[in-house]
Amino acid sequence: MNRNKYKDRRLFFYFLFGVSILILLLRLINIQIIDSSYKLSANNNVIKAVTLYPERGYIYDRNGTLLVSNQRAFDLMVIPRQVKKMDTLTFCRIIDIEKNYFDNQLNKATRYSRNRASIFIKEISKQTAAKIQEQLYQFSGFYLQERTMREYPEKSAAHLLGYVSQVPDYILKKNDYYKKNDNFGMTGVENSYEKDLRGTQGVKYVIRDVWNAPKGSFQNGKYDSIAFNGKDLELTIDNEIQKYAEQLMQNKKGSIVAIEPGTGEILALVSSPYYDPNLLIGRSRSPNFNRMYKDANKPLFDRSLLAEYPPGSTFKLLNALIGLQEDVIYSGTRFSCDMGWHFSPKLKIGCHAHNSPLNLTESIAQSCNAYYCNTFRRIIEKYNSAERGYDNWRNHILSFGLGNFLNNDLYTGRKGRVPSVDFYNRQYGKKRWKAPTVISLAIGQDALVVSPIQMANMIAAIANRGHYFTPHIVRKIDGKAITDSTFTVAKQTSIDEKHFKTIIYGMEKVFTGKYGTAKTAQVKNIEICGKTGTAENPHGEDHSIFIAFAPKDRPQIAIAVYIENGGWGSTWAAPIASLIIEKYLTGQVNNTEREHFILSGNLMDKENEK
Amino acid sequence: MRNNKSLFANIDWPLVCIYLLMLLFGWLNIYAANYGEGIHNLMTMSSEPGKQLFWIGTSFIWILLIIILDGKFYTTFSYPIYILMICLLIGVVIVGKEIGGAKSWFDLGSFSMQPSEFAKIGALLALSKFLSQLNVNLQKKTIQVKAFLIIALPIVLILLQPDAGSAIVFISLLLVLFREGISSTYLIVSFSAIVLFIITLKFEPQTTMLIVMVMSIILGYLLKKNRQSIKPALIGLVLALGFTQSVDHIYAEVLRPHQRSRIDLILGKVEDIRGVGYNLHQSKIAIGSGGFLGKGFLGGTQTKFNFVPEQSTDFIFCTIGEEWGFIGSLITIGGFSLLLFRLIILAERQRSVFSRVFGYGVASILFCHFFINIAMTVGIMPVIGIPLPFFSYGGSSLWGFSILLFIFIKLDAYRMDILR
Repeated sequence: MNRNKYKDRRLFFYFLFGVSILILLLRLINIQIIDSSYKLSANNNVIKAVTLYPERGYIYDRNGTLLVSNQRAFDLMVIPRQVKKMDTLTFCRIIDIEKNYFDNQLNKATRYSRNRASIFIKEISKQTAAKIQEQLYQFSGFYLQERTMREYPEKSAAHLLGYVSQVPDYILKKNDYYKKNDNFGMTGVENSYEKDLRGTQGVKYVIRDVWNAPKGSFQNGKYDSIAFNGKDLELTIDNEIQKYAEQLMQNKKGSIVAIEPGTGEILALVSSPYYDPNLLIGRSRSPNFNRMYKDANKPLFDRSLLAEYPPGSTFKLLNALIGLQEDVIYSGTRFSCDMGWHFSPKLKIGCHAHNSPLNLTESIAQSCNAYYCNTFRRIIEKYNSAERGYDNWRNHILSFGLGNFLNNDLYTGRKGRVPSVDFYNRQYGKKRWKAPTVISLAIGQDALVVSPIQMANMIAAIANRGHYFTPHIVRKIDGKAITDSTFTVAKQTSIDEKHFKTIIYGMEKVFTGKYGTAKTAQVKNIEICGKTGTAENPHGEDHSIFIAFAPKDRPQIAIAVYIENGGWGSTWAAPIASLIIEKYLTGQVNNTEREHFILSGNLMDKENEK
Repeated sequence: MRNNKSLFANIDWPLVCIYLLMLLFGWLNIYAANYGEGIHNLMTMSSEPGKQLFWIGTSFIWILLIIILDGKFYTTFSYPIYILMICLLIGVVIVGKEIGGAKSWFDLGSFSMQPSEFAKIGALLALSKFLSQLNVNLQKKTIQVKAFLIIALPIVLILLQPDAGSAIVFISLLLVLFREGISSTYLIVSFSAIVLFIITLKFEPQTTMLIVMVMSIILGYLLKKNRQSIKPALIGLVLALGFTQSVDHIYAEVLRPHQRSRIDLILGKVEDIRGVGYNLHQSKIAIGSGGFLGKGFLGGTQTKFNFVPEQSTDFIFCTIGEEWGFIGSLITIGGFSLLLFRLIILAERQRSVFSRVFGYGVASILFCHFFINIAMTVGIMPVIGIPLPFFSYGGSSLWGFSILLFIFIKLDAYRMDILR
């Protein structure tokens, strides 16, 4: 049949249909059977994990004063798809932002997702949020979402409490507990007790449709978990003392550490300049942080834990104790002092004018340099090699917790430095140094540095007559006393208890002796034992140091005060220490003249003028 | 005259069975696409499954009418039907209801009617009638032009709506012309043009030039013994190079922005799963997440929670893929394969040119819808909004496809009666 001569072309149709069907089947095999990623995407589409946020634990002082609580704050959220034509200018005025900022934020949110909520402005205070809430009905697509923010009713102890911020990226990367925008304790107790304070987040899996509207729970909540609130902490801090110490430190640089010797509990931990912890919450955190970070006086730097200073003359106490322990001196030992210790024309250590010769207690009360140079020499030269003698001396020093981390519950710290034999071998060469080479150690100088908290621990060990409890900052977690043996078991120093009597008698004489270096800092009816120190400062005025404990029998407080550029130990540090001791032991301060002198003292302006 | 007893006697029951099974499976998926928590009464006339039942019922009335009417009716009234359809296409551009920027629908109160779905019937009837005339020889240029015009007229009118997707379907009728003897050059040139178009868009201009040159050299080497072919081959090369240069112009000026972005998406030039790529992305997730066995009837989360837009109409295959898995895909594609091959076999057994052309036309149109629709849902074709025959929700398309299929079934049943 002529009309059907192209019959063979039907084969083209078979071919076309066959190939097309094959293409579709191969594609379907690929996406439905081989590639399993689509299953995951489908689940991601509908199953949303909703985080249930626990409330962060509160922090109290040892007397139950609330130091840190939570306040409601709000994030202003936006769902771009729901934003309708609106009066942008009014909106910007209500929430106090620029038009540019508005456009930027909205673009950013739109780029993220049109259907999902983004944070438009975070951490708005309760007051501002209330104002916004009234007007918000006019602006569809915007709503307020509650979150919590820290609050510091006492405005004190900023450094030791630390601050809370959004979890930083490096934590996010290594710790999968946290999600973006979670709270995280950055420093202080907030950091070291983060795990207790944060609680445990719960999670609820809900099914959401394309408009993000909830459609019930996933598998009847089989995989859900509830949130556990954070634990409350009771600190060892006495807020009265902490606040008072901060007040005394105004306009001065330095730090104060007070410890209860019988327990190692830190009563006050002050670093100055300090700041109101409320500056580091909410929207104002970042500008305030930047401002303080750039401040030349470094208010963010926690001097009580991180500063390393030479201990100066306070260190003589340890040398005296070691001398007694090593039997190279006894309480009646006298050394003469001719305005200092003269070893050679090149090597001498000067001293101030006082009677000579002095015995051990007098040497403490009057802080004689020559006495300790001689004692130190005897300690080192007791053995036939300087290295061995030095190592022996050094082990005594280390037993007071110097030269190493205290391993306590504070978020940071410094080792300080008690130079090792190797250190001096490197500096002078093996066998090229002897006791006179490092004689400055006798009076707490040379390469020796300690942090204020180490110094406070040292005086606590002396107050306890030979043992100490590792200083710590938390007493109770969720109402239960801590049981960690690190803090509850005493650590012995290498000095026998009997040797302390003479030394402590000398320390009492610092206040009560005729020529005591802190005679002016006496407090009526309280037996305070202390030791002044003045650390040489090559950059300016010497640092004023004072360590003390009181009362003499059954001591309740041991304290180290370090005032940068304060001159003599007796000028600033000693009166500050005695004011705090008086306040702590009697609850009040009778010597208002002294108090006034300290409060009005301004060392910072003086320093800045130079 | 034949009596009523034999009215159904020569009907091709395999085709009818495939048709009915597809309607059933399609309806189940429309039901699933509309199913969701808190949605009740899916069987009322205000819901899609309910309405679709109505469309299926009324389709059966059309089918009965088609079977009852004498086979001669279709040959006799081919041109009048064609003209009527053309009038409707003109009418819809003037008084049509605008939905989504296109005037494709007549608003008939509670229902709408899409004339382009019926225009296919008119165009195919007219083409069949034209090609079955005794003096028609497709080798002649004038005949070719007339055949092209029959097809082109509805295309132009539909592009005025504008509805590029529906217009593309008419191009499939060119396949019928090929079967009826038009030169294979047309097919080769069209195919080459499509390939060149894709290459040009996909690659940089320099790369495109290089590909064309290399292909020409290979072609030249193959043709070196056949001296007469060199001249046309050279002309072809020049034309090809010229074409690649104008592709960018066509792309920028002729295509509309949403069409360009759909093409860019499929070529992997843009990736925007929240914007223009959203539909495709969610569609692939739905089908892919079905896996081998599927999530079970009414178990599809993509479907149930409305992640795929237009999931009961153009994207109905997502529901099939998600809830019935690869098995469901296989059944659907298998069904279409049987349908298409059966249509070609039946078309070839026709003794009249009219019936054969019509048979091939039905197969080509169904193939075009089937392939483009599924290919777009799985992301190997740009998004072109045309329904999956017998599956997608919609009265006009179901009526159109049912009438198309059953006119051919009627013609086939009638094939012994008269030699046309």
